[in-house]
Amino acid sequence: MSRTNGLLMSATIVCAGLMLAAAFGALVLAPNAVGLTPDETFAQRIIYFHVPSAWLSMLAFGITTIASIAYLVTARRFWDSVAVSSAEIGIVFTLAATASGSLWAKPAWNTWWTWDPRLTTYTIMFLLYVAYFMLRSALEDPARRARFAAVYGIFAFLSVPITFMSIRWWRTIHPILIDSKDFGLSRGMLPVFFLSLIAFTALYVILLIYRVRLERTREQVDALRERFGY
Amino acid sequence: MSFWHVVGAIVWKDIRAELRTKDIFSSMFVFALLSVIVFNFAFELRVPAMKMVVPGIVWVAISFAGTLGLNRALVIEQDKGSLAGLLLAPVDRSAIYFGKLLGNLLFMFAVEIVILPLVMVFYNLSLLSADHLLVLLLGTYGFAAVGTVFAAIAVNTRAREVMLPILLFPVLLPVLIAGVKMTGALLDGEALSTLGNWLQIMAVYDIGFTVVAYLTFGYVMEE
Repeated sequence: MSRTNGLLMSATIVCAGLMLAAAFGALVLAPNAVGLTPDETFAQRIIYFHVPSAWLSMLAFGITTIASIAYLVTARRFWDSVAVSSAEIGIVFTLAATASGSLWAKPAWNTWWTWDPRLTTYTIMFLLYVAYFMLRSALEDPARRARFAAVYGIFAFLSVPITFMSIRWWRTIHPILIDSKDFGLSRGMLPVFFLSLIAFTALYVILLIYRVRLERTREQVDALRERFGY
Repeated sequence: MSFWHVVGAIVWKDIRAELRTKDIFSSMFVFALLSVIVFNFAFELRVPAMKMVVPGIVWVAISFAGTLGLNRALVIEQDKGSLAGLLLAPVDRSAIYFGKLLGNLLFMFAVEIVILPLVMVFYNLSLLSADHLLVLLLGTYGFAAVGTVFAAIAVNTRAREVMLPILLFPVLLPVLIAGVKMTGALLDGEALSTLGNWLQIMAVYDIGFTVVAYLTFGYVMEE
């Protein structure tokens, strides 16, 4: 146990270093975007935070789905712990990506929010996983909770791409906003961008490990409590 | 008994119980009617022509009434202990799923048959064409296919009546969007053939989630 703890601690420190390097790169090293107003140029740097957060939320919910399927197949509690831990991290980074995107949208689109397909789908995805946690909290028996949550997790994840498609066809009246999102990154920006992606992915892995351990500990405490009648 | 015999027996049981109590149909119908009337007052003063909001009214009324019906169907089943009986029966769990799905679908169609003419009278337009009905059929099927699984989940939770819409509506959104879009376009006089994309999305939704429901329903019903 102490050896795995040591490994995890070193990994955590490495991850913290990566995050600091990514923050430094995003704020200092990355070149300014050209051809934008001063406000937009400044806000553009949010991409090093925004895109990795959005990527992490998708990754996290994807892992939740895989863990849910694994739970239904194997019925091992471990997979349920992974699913709920990953979904929780996913929700946090969904909020992070939404908030940072909103900060960027104000100077770039002149509004905090618009019903663009990506934004709308993202909101629906957020609501899906809020429902996922409400469902979990409404069930007491751990085995049943794990089973129901796994089934819902699979439905939720599969509905995200269909929702995206339907909203994209529906809201074709705002092509300018959608196109303005597709700016390419200049050569100087790419290293920092990928550094951020790597750092955030590492952060996800570390958070997931800690969160799964916490969940396992909680289960053990619950089991002990039941055994001794507290 | 073969698979479809079992499905038929479950549907027949639901129909007979419903014919005796009229519990599900009456609550669904009254609620759908109330929604249509409430929406009338919610929109009337702000919208240039009610025709513009009728697709939304129809689909939201169907969704609300459908949610109510799905809940009732499973709550009655559980409170009377017949759900336990169904689970004890030596039949495939997916047969129970398709039986409940068809039962829910029939009840929803029954409500739609009554509510559509009323909408047509209230808003002075026609929804009686093969295209309109096909769209309604596909949308209602998608609703029931997903809703039957979620109702079976919700009935086992605390606060079961509240849980179903929270679980159902975000997953249901593609069907609602496609349904509103197609009904609206048909009302504007477009042909269904120009709406291929939307039909496709509904068909993909219906087929995809029927398969997922078929694969997962056994886990929901496991005791």
